[in-house]
Amino acid sequence: MNVLLDNFALFRHGFIGTVVLTAVSAVLSLVLGTLVAACRVSPVPPLRIFGTVWVTLLRNTPLTLLFMIAVFVAPQILFPGISYFTLAVSALGCYTSAFVCEALRSGVNSVPLGQAEAARSLGMTFSQTLRLIVLPQATRTVIPPIGSLMIALTKNSAIAGSFNVAELFAQQKRLSEIGYNILEIFVWIALAYLVITFAISALFRLLEHRLAVAR
Amino acid sequence: MSDSPVSPAPARSERTVPPSGDPLVVLDRVNKHFGALHVLQDIDLTVARGEVVVVIGPSGSGKSTLCRTINRLETIDSGSITIDGRPLPAEGRELARLRADVGMVFQSFNLFAHKTVLENVTLGQTKVRKITREKAEQTARTLLDRVGVGGQADKYPAQLSGGQQQRVAIARALAMDPKLMLFDEPTSALDPEMINEVLEVMRQLARDGMTMVVVTHEMGFARSAANRVVFMADGRIVEEAAPDQFFSNPRSDRAKDFLSKILHH
Ligand SMILES: Nc1ncnc2c1ncn2[C@@H]1O[C@H](COP(=O)(O)OP(=O)(O)O)[C@@H](O)[C@H]1O
Ligand SMILES: [Mg+2]
Repeated sequence: MNVLLDNFALFRHGFIGTVVLTAVSAVLSLVLGTLVAACRVSPVPPLRIFGTVWVTLLRNTPLTLLFMIAVFVAPQILFPGISYFTLAVSALGCYTSAFVCEALRSGVNSVPLGQAEAARSLGMTFSQTLRLIVLPQATRTVIPPIGSLMIALTKNSAIAGSFNVAELFAQQKRLSEIGYNILEIFVWIALAYLVITFAISALFRLLEHRLAVAR
Repeated sequence: MSDSPVSPAPARSERTVPPSGDPLVVLDRVNKHFGALHVLQDIDLTVARGEVVVVIGPSGSGKSTLCRTINRLETIDSGSITIDGRPLPAEGRELARLRADVGMVFQSFNLFAHKTVLENVTLGQTKVRKITREKAEQTARTLLDRVGVGGQADKYPAQLSGGQQQRVAIARALAMDPKLMLFDEPTSALDPEMINEVLEVMRQLARDGMTMVVVTHEMGFARSAANRVVFMADGRIVEEAAPDQFFSNPRSDRAKDFLSKILHH
């Protein structure tokens, strides 16, 4: 008997779960990461402090602990009745946003200061300067590190399986309970993750290439 | 000829529009420190509408800093700066609005590297002045033609020579229809054969009556286009005079020393 073919529906369910969980968390982490990076480089001290605290807290907390807070603490005090999927997305998205923020910030610092000064001299506001001049030029340098972060996010999403989210890694437990050879299960699951991470690598290599010729 | 007390027009000036004597920029006892370094010391300077002021002085004397305080790229510690009667506001929308009225040209051009030449010149118009795209492009093309780079509109800055880039930078600043233009060593990063094409654009601008503050080492430009030369050393304005008078008969020893160094090499 073959684990994959016999349980294809289960694998597919897990695979789609991982893809959706990763995709939604990735979008959240990119949006949050950009906002927090804007805070960190802004001239307004309270925003800068907020950005620093956000990054410091999330980057230095183990992801499993964040999941536990999201799953066991948050619903009780903040959002009763919220789905496990939403909680998992919040934990993964917030955690990854701290790293996205730092990648973006190093990208912002790689853009020559004169670019922002020229924009400000024309009368652009801080947010116009960031949006129209600095971030578009930072993007090219941050594409490779952000690609790595998205791959890490894919693999980190496995933790969600332990918290009642139907994703790839969680299927491993069910299959081994049924009695399949654990090594064989792992090989198939690892291959499924590889499909996702290779797709992400390819996407980011394409983006990098596109942005390089646009100059 | 103007008989304004702040800006006696020099005999050799090519300028057709005499400065009015109506002050556009007024710096009053401006002081600034970089840490322990007192980089601007009690600077008093008035620039009249239509006047061209050339700032010269040894490296490190505070010329760039002076230029940058006028559009508040650098903040000051004490004193006041007014432009067209209004004190420089604190960072924010109002300051942004005021900066739009003050064109700045940098030594290193600072064209937006990810935008075409045309986009460089339209961006401020559309995003800051909220002018329609068609009208902004029309203005941009006229200005690019005027500075002699009309044929390069669709290229990226990196594809242009330094002299062309600097002329685009001038067009970008002019597109905002500024009251005042600041130039911080606009030709210092250029190969010698490109210096003149940029200076010629600046001379034309001066002839058209633009108010200009120009930091430069180009003495030929100072002689032909300036109404007044301001000589700075160690964070102070040491001497101010009409170009002819300054170059033929400098009063201070610092200026004599400086001129003897730059004119004999
Ligand atoms: N951002 C800065 N921080 C600290 N020191 C600075 C800064 N900018 C300029 N300085 C110093 O201030 C002095 C004047 O600089 P600057 O205005 O650039 O002189 P200039 O343009 O006349 O050569 C120099 O000694 C320079 O090192
Ligand atoms: Mg300088």
